[in-house]
Amino acid sequence: MPKRKDLKSILIIGSGPIIIGQACEFDYSGSQALRSLREDGIETILINSNPATIMTDPSMADHVYLKPLNTKSIVEILKKHPNIDAVLPTMGGQTALNLCIEADEKGIWEDFNVEIIGVDIDAINITEDREKFRELMLKIGVGMAPQATATSFLKGKEIAQEFGFPLVIRASFTLGGAGASIVYEPEKFDGLLSHGLEVSPIHEVMIDKAMMGWKEYELELLRDKNDNVVIICTIENMDPMGIHTGDSITVAPAMTLSDRTFQKMRDMAIKMMRSIGDFAGGCNVQFAVSPDEEEEIIAIEINPRVSRSSALASKATGYPIAKIAAKLAIGYTLDELDNQITKSTSALFEPTLDYVIVKIPRWNFDKFEGSDRTLGLQMKSVGEVMGIGRSFQEALHKATQSLEIKRNGLGADGKGYKDYETIIQKLTVPSWDRVFVIYDAIQLGIPLKRIHEITKIDMWFLKQYEELHQLEQEIAQYTIASLPKSLLLEAKQKGFADRQIAHMLDCYESEVHKKRMELNINRVYKLVDTCAAEFTAMTPYYYSTFEEEIQSKDGLRYVANDSEVTNRKKIVVLGSGPNRIGQGIEFDYCCVHGVLAAAECDYETIMINCNPETVSTDFDTADKLYFEPVFWEHIYDIILHEKPEGVIVQLGGQTALKLAEKLDRYGVNIIGTSYQSLDLAEDRGSFSTLLKDNDIPYPRFGTAETADEALDLADELGFPLLVRPSYVLGGQGMKIVINKEDLEQHVVDLLRKIPNNKLLLDHYLDGAIEAEADAICDGEDVYIIGIMEHIEPCGIHSGDSNATLPPFNLGEFVIQQIKDHTKKIALALNTVGLINIQFAIKDDTVYIIEANPRASRTVPFIAKAYGEPYVNYATKVMLGDKKVKDFNFNPKLEGYAIKQPVFSFNKFPNVNKNLGPEMKSTGESILFIDSLKDDEFYNLYSRRKMYLSK
Amino acid sequence: MKYQKRKKALLLLEDGTIFFGKAVGEREGTSFGEVCFNTGMTGYQEIFTDPSYYGQLMVTTNAHIGNYGTHKDEIESDSIKIAGLICKNFSYNYSRPSADKSLLDFLNDNDLLAISDVDTRALVSYIRDNGAMNAVISTRVDEIDALKEELKAVPSMEGLELASKVSTKEPYFVGKEDAQYKIAALDIGIKKNILRNLEKRGALIKVFPYNTSKEEMAAWNPDGYFISNGPGDPEPLKDAIQTTKDILKTDKPLFGICLGHQVLALANGVSTYKMHHGHRGINHPILNLITGKGEITSQNHGFAVNREETEAHEELEVTHTHLNDGTVAGLKMKNKDVFSVQYHPEASPGPHDADYLFDQFFDAIKASAN
Repeated sequence: MPKRKDLKSILIIGSGPIIIGQACEFDYSGSQALRSLREDGIETILINSNPATIMTDPSMADHVYLKPLNTKSIVEILKKHPNIDAVLPTMGGQTALNLCIEADEKGIWEDFNVEIIGVDIDAINITEDREKFRELMLKIGVGMAPQATATSFLKGKEIAQEFGFPLVIRASFTLGGAGASIVYEPEKFDGLLSHGLEVSPIHEVMIDKAMMGWKEYELELLRDKNDNVVIICTIENMDPMGIHTGDSITVAPAMTLSDRTFQKMRDMAIKMMRSIGDFAGGCNVQFAVSPDEEEEIIAIEINPRVSRSSALASKATGYPIAKIAAKLAIGYTLDELDNQITKSTSALFEPTLDYVIVKIPRWNFDKFEGSDRTLGLQMKSVGEVMGIGRSFQEALHKATQSLEIKRNGLGADGKGYKDYETIIQKLTVPSWDRVFVIYDAIQLGIPLKRIHEITKIDMWFLKQYEELHQLEQEIAQYTIASLPKSLLLEAKQKGFADRQIAHMLDCYESEVHKKRMELNINRVYKLVDTCAAEFTAMTPYYYSTFEEEIQSKDGLRYVANDSEVTNRKKIVVLGSGPNRIGQGIEFDYCCVHGVLAAAECDYETIMINCNPETVSTDFDTADKLYFEPVFWEHIYDIILHEKPEGVIVQLGGQTALKLAEKLDRYGVNIIGTSYQSLDLAEDRGSFSTLLKDNDIPYPRFGTAETADEALDLADELGFPLLVRPSYVLGGQGMKIVINKEDLEQHVVDLLRKIPNNKLLLDHYLDGAIEAEADAICDGEDVYIIGIMEHIEPCGIHSGDSNATLPPFNLGEFVIQQIKDHTKKIALALNTVGLINIQFAIKDDTVYIIEANPRASRTVPFIAKAYGEPYVNYATKVMLGDKKVKDFNFNPKLEGYAIKQPVFSFNKFPNVNKNLGPEMKSTGESILFIDSLKDDEFYNLYSRRKMYLSK
Repeated sequence: MKYQKRKKALLLLEDGTIFFGKAVGEREGTSFGEVCFNTGMTGYQEIFTDPSYYGQLMVTTNAHIGNYGTHKDEIESDSIKIAGLICKNFSYNYSRPSADKSLLDFLNDNDLLAISDVDTRALVSYIRDNGAMNAVISTRVDEIDALKEELKAVPSMEGLELASKVSTKEPYFVGKEDAQYKIAALDIGIKKNILRNLEKRGALIKVFPYNTSKEEMAAWNPDGYFISNGPGDPEPLKDAIQTTKDILKTDKPLFGICLGHQVLALANGVSTYKMHHGHRGINHPILNLITGKGEITSQNHGFAVNREETEAHEELEVTHTHLNDGTVAGLKMKNKDVFSVQYHPEASPGPHDADYLFDQFFDAIKASAN
């Protein structure tokens, strides 16, 4: 049956600012949904307060509202668009669902005659209410972990006695997991029970038997209005129950499930989805399986919406869940739709994989000094990476190489732990590094059985680790000259990086690469096609691997490669890798626009990135997507294969920028601002010479490579001092120190974490006002796209400050200095593309804090505030396709736009919430105000100096 | 445990193309068959023991094979039926508390040759583009010319009768003697899970050899007939086709699966043909044309029923269609309790979406018995 004819105009709710647990996967799903609805000629109206998203681009929806996500905004929009027929709330995470429910409770949808599609509110309510959900599961015969409710201390004790330990205590009606804890030891139970009862406003806790060590699985489902259900992906958590799935290392397809148990799980998932309500759309179901002969399956939870896992599942399988879910919401059935990858087969099918994906979360504990780094029931990671390989080992290696934590993979980098006690402790108390520590444990000879006992990680995974270690040991017996081809091929197939092999053989990485080339052990590229090559697929979504040879019937030997190189001129855009604090969705926004602009200039566009949450890794974005680590070896091999005209590094944040030096050294053309200029801006010595030559003031500063040098320098510069390492983003390791003791401590700490770094010490301008400017330069002309003034005083990282565009109280004289300095610096650095400059203003003098000739975090914000495609323009300038003077700039903004940082401190209850030069916010939203008399602005302004208690 | 070096091995296709790989375990040797691929991500043990795969060299597309070992209850016949295994990564280590042994031990118990580390993706693409063909896997990597000669002697799957190789020699019973219904099953390669499904619904099943006549079957006085799945080309199955024709003259319900579906078509004078490379996997989309609902199904067939002839046939109706290529996935006889499907409602491996077909068969048996 065709789609519903009565839906002509649909409202989509976005997920707002990035917070832990709700990241850019909802930009991906929202963008897909919008595209999908517009394909059907439906008018789309979008509300989202996050400016750094692709979905809020004017081209994405018919009407975009960058407004706060509250019912007041919803009513305004519905009044303005009385023709809206329906609201689709399933693409914007929990935020959108909550807003939809709130509006429903207030009767807003009814008042405006708007239908809720893609979900049903009763379904959400059932899944959110643990008691109701449990009753329903009981009714349909789906098992759950034993659970009981206690409203008194005595009752709680009785339950504990019945269930035994470990137990989970959850306080009722609290937010963000407050009062939740896992209790292992009976002696701790009393205290935690009392605490749970106290924090619950109704003096109630739920006590679950903790299924610690049970194997954990997730299924991604799609259902249409005819009640056809398909399972798009089955994900196995390598970390068993006890660690939040968002913080678990996960693998697809499931590695250790027999068909019998899997089919039982599939039947249960379908039954569960049908039981909670009658709706068409996506759904995520989580299960635990007993790790014994019984293989008992119990349900954990069900989420009737597009989720973080469904974004991962889409990237893992190639099946665009959000896109199809949007079609199902408007009345299509699965059998009417095409498989989006093959275009020739049906969307009613279940993808099959001939590769393995591994997702590893990315944590940022270093930003939350004093935080509890133990992984548990509450999600703490800020981003994730995905590795794709032809084996689990290869995928695991690629994921570890994607993390950008200065590791080259598992083992073979001399960075592992070697101390028995430390290793056992790190296995027992899981944190960000357990994925590496398992390898260390095997290296130290700790029996797999013991590792399994402690971690409960399935033996199959541990055996895979063991095989890697055996291979490392075997290789270490050879030299680069004597290493046989078969062994080198095997090492590459198992994902070891050239650098790791070089470490094993005690030679240079370049020698390994050279040997590979000589022996014809080259990366080949395989397609992600949903069907294991059963059907021809045209979608250009690739990953690399190494394969055995084939001999054609004509006797030619070759290795099969799915990625054919065209004869078009090509551009590579390097992505920004995993989301982390200081480098988030803003850079993905920039990369996507870079790709689109290059395509407009008639280039074949090639995207390289490893973050499964993003729009840049949507196979619809670039002409070719290489889902690969943003890691030298992988990038260089792609460049050798594709031979692009050049590589764009200035859009992918510090991740991409860091590779500029090596690209330059290997003779790869960097598009836009040259490596020399990038380096000049980063090198404080040469940069200050540049400033001096141009008569531009800057705070007194110096550089130091040892603590001694730093202390001497302090005498010269005077306290307070701002200390930071070079080549970092988001103010990593940046601190204001006020005496020698603090200085010494911080310098020692920094040099331990980042050896051989050149540290920068600036005299800190106390009480200064901070401002920043972004500009586009073609080497001849400079156009300033925006100047922002921070509401908080200097000293708080720009990413954590509220900023107004344009400035709200800077005088003409100051603004003129900012403009002059920006232009002078952009030209002096020979900038071709974007540049961001940060200023401190004291006594009407504008000082330069730093200049970064690359896309900054604020570019998307300015683009949204002014309604202008600045990244598109900048990319065309970089490519030499256009000059600054070719554009007709026409910024539109009435009043002011305020960029407001959003924090996720509630995930880290014990952390110091002070703001300072190191960035801590996870996301941002945009607020438009008509004048400075606006209450919101007044509020921010009056609190500006209270930041220390934020 | 130390690093294990593996011996070299290869797959040689009829047209001379060679895919290099490594031998699984210590076994050396050579094995011939028609090369085909299965895209299922679970259920390797069920696949390897499915009689429908008799004589085939199986390419598994899943990246790893053997992860959860083998289990004595998860077999579809008493032995491995495939002629050889070609995979990407072979798991020498497995993990499943209820498993009996590793896949390697299971293969060794059945003297089956397997090769790994082959670029299975390139191989599948090659079969997809060039069609199913005979092939050989071997550890004799230096004797390619000799292997080519030996391969020439292997007969083509087209026109090949294989049911006799996998069928029971003597009739046997499955189920309780006092079961409510009696079903006579013609075994042209029957899977155990079909019998489990029939038994579970309250039937005593008598399983007859492939060449049993209708008279012999009818003499047991069954309430319904079943024609099983099986390997090879349906056309040479003259006895089974005749038996089916004769069964159609009775008014008893009849249900056919896979090869049994093709035999039913042939018994009605509708022809079958060899497909380019067949359907083998557990994710195949079917549309039930009667209810309008979709099903995800387990499939394993290299031959199919002619669609035009079925549609033109006065007594036949297409009930199910394959959504990817429009091939006939199910048919029924008008005004008769006779129906069949090309896919595997018994699953094992695969989804249980088509389970209802067994209920439908039993409804017909109940109605006809009363």
